[in-house]
Amino acid sequence: MTRLPGAPLVPPRRAVGARGPGTSPVLPADAPRIGVLALQGDVLEHARALADAGAEAVPVRDAAALATVDGLVLPGGESTTISRLLGLGGLLAPLRDRIASGLPVLGTCAGLILLSDELTAPDADLPRPGGLAIRTRRNAYGRQVDSFDTRVEVAGVDDGPVDAAFIRAPVVDAVLDPTAVEVLAEVDGAPVAVRQGDRIGLTFHPEVAGDHRVHALLVAAVRAAARQ
Amino acid sequence: MTDDARAATGTTRVKRGLADMLKGGVIMDVVTPEQARVAEEAGAVAVMALERVPADIRRDGGVARMSDPEMIEGIKAAVSIPVMAKARIGHFVEAQVLESLDVDYIDESEVLTPADEAHHIDKWGFTVPFVCGATNLGEALRRISEGAAMIRSKGEAGTGNVVEATRHMRSITGEVRRLATLDEAGLYAAAKEHAAPIDLVREVAELGRLPVVLFTAGGIATPADAAMMMQLGADGVFVGSGIFKSGDPALRARAIVEATTHFADPAVVARVSRGLGEAMVGIGMDQLAPSERYASRGW
Repeated sequence: MTRLPGAPLVPPRRAVGARGPGTSPVLPADAPRIGVLALQGDVLEHARALADAGAEAVPVRDAAALATVDGLVLPGGESTTISRLLGLGGLLAPLRDRIASGLPVLGTCAGLILLSDELTAPDADLPRPGGLAIRTRRNAYGRQVDSFDTRVEVAGVDDGPVDAAFIRAPVVDAVLDPTAVEVLAEVDGAPVAVRQGDRIGLTFHPEVAGDHRVHALLVAAVRAAARQ
Repeated sequence: MTDDARAATGTTRVKRGLADMLKGGVIMDVVTPEQARVAEEAGAVAVMALERVPADIRRDGGVARMSDPEMIEGIKAAVSIPVMAKARIGHFVEAQVLESLDVDYIDESEVLTPADEAHHIDKWGFTVPFVCGATNLGEALRRISEGAAMIRSKGEAGTGNVVEATRHMRSITGEVRRLATLDEAGLYAAAKEHAAPIDLVREVAELGRLPVVLFTAGGIATPADAAMMMQLGADGVFVGSGIFKSGDPALRARAIVEATTHFADPAVVARVSRGLGEAMVGIGMDQLAPSERYASRGW
C-alpha cells in the first residue's frame, strides 16, 4: 500500500493513540471493510481510529476503490481542496450515488461540510455529495487562533466525553429535517455531532486525539447494514 | 456545555492538528488577492501571503521583510482557505504583528533576511502555530523544541531547481530511519551529534517519524517534482515561485495539486504534466554563491 502522508518512515516502536506499544490491533476475521477518502487531509488518523474500532481501513482515491468498501469516512482537511479533487477524479457522482443508496458514512469537519445538504453563503455551490439534512457554515468560530480543544458528551458514546479538537471548525447553523436528523452533541448551543440514519457528521476531530469511539458507531452501523 | 468550552486555544494539539489537516496538500505562495483566488480555485490547501515570491527576492536583493499588513489582509479577505505569512528568523515582533492580524500560520522563514543570527523566535508563547524550515534532522528538532508545530524541508527557494529539496528530504528521512535503529546509548550520542534535545530524539526513534507534519519546499516547479517529494516521505508540498513564475499558473497549480494527491500513480502524473506550458526557467546551484543560498540561514 502507498504510504499515507504522515505515516511513519519506519515501523514505530510505540504506536500513536490508544493502542499498546508497537502493535497493530488484531482485526477480527469478519472485520468490515471501511474506506477513508484519501484525497487530502488527516486520512492516517482516521485509518488508525477505524483499525482501533475493529475495521479494516482502506484508502479510497478513485471510483474502483470506492466500489469495494462497505462504509466510508470523509476526513478532515480543506473542504474546497477535497471538493475540487472529487470532481477532477470523477468521484463526485459515484460517491453521491453510494451515499444515496445507503452507504454508512462518517464525516468530520471538512467531511461534515461535504455531507451537508446546504452550506451558508458564500459556499452554497461547493460541489459535494451531501446526505445530511443540515445547513453548515465553514470556519464559523473564526481563524486558527480561535481553534480549541475540549471534551464533548456525545449521545450513544459510553465511557465519558469524547476528546475533541475543533480546528477552524464549521458550525451547523440549522437542522433542515428535525424528524430525520438527531443531534448527538452541542457546544455553546450549536450542534457539533449529528446523525441521520447511517450518516454521522462531526464538526470536530476525535481522531486527532486518538479517540475511536465515534468510529465504533460507524463500524456498528456497517455491521448492522451487512446483516440486513 | 459551560461557557469556557472554547477556552483552550493555542494548544499543541490544535497547532499540530491544523498541519495534520493540510497533509497531502499544496501550499502556494501568492502576492495578490487575484493569485490567492487562482490558488484556492486550483485546490491549494493554504496560501502563503507575501510581497515578492522568492525568485523576485533573489533578483531584487536587499533586505526582505514581513509583508505589508494591508496586503496580507487583502489576501485574507479574498479566500476561505488558511492564510500563512512569513516573519524573519528571530523577528518576534513581526510574529506578534502577524498574530494580531489573525493569520493562520506563521512561517519563520530563511527566505526573508534574518533579524537575529543566534536566536529563533520562542514560538511556545504564541497562540498562532509556526512552521519552520530545516535542512537536516537536528535543525528540525531544534525548531520543534522552540515550539514549531510543522516543519518544511528548506530546499533552495526561488530557484525552480529541486536538487536541494531532494537533498534535505533525504537527509531528514535518512536520519529518522537511522535513529530508529539505535539503542538507548546510541540515542544519547545521536542527540549530541544532532545538537537536539534527547527527549525529541527519543520520540523520533519511537515514532519512526518527526512528531510534527513534514512538508517540503524550495525549488518544486513541476507535478513530477511534487510527486517525487511525496514519494521521498514528504507529507505535503509548498510551491513558491514555481507556479506564478510559469507560463500558465492556473493550469500548473491544478496539475501540482493532482500530482501531490496521486503521487504514487505515474499515469496521473503523466496526464497532468501534458501541455502545461513553460515552467519557470530555474537556476543551477553552481550559479549561486554560498552567500546567495537561503538554506544556510538558520541555527
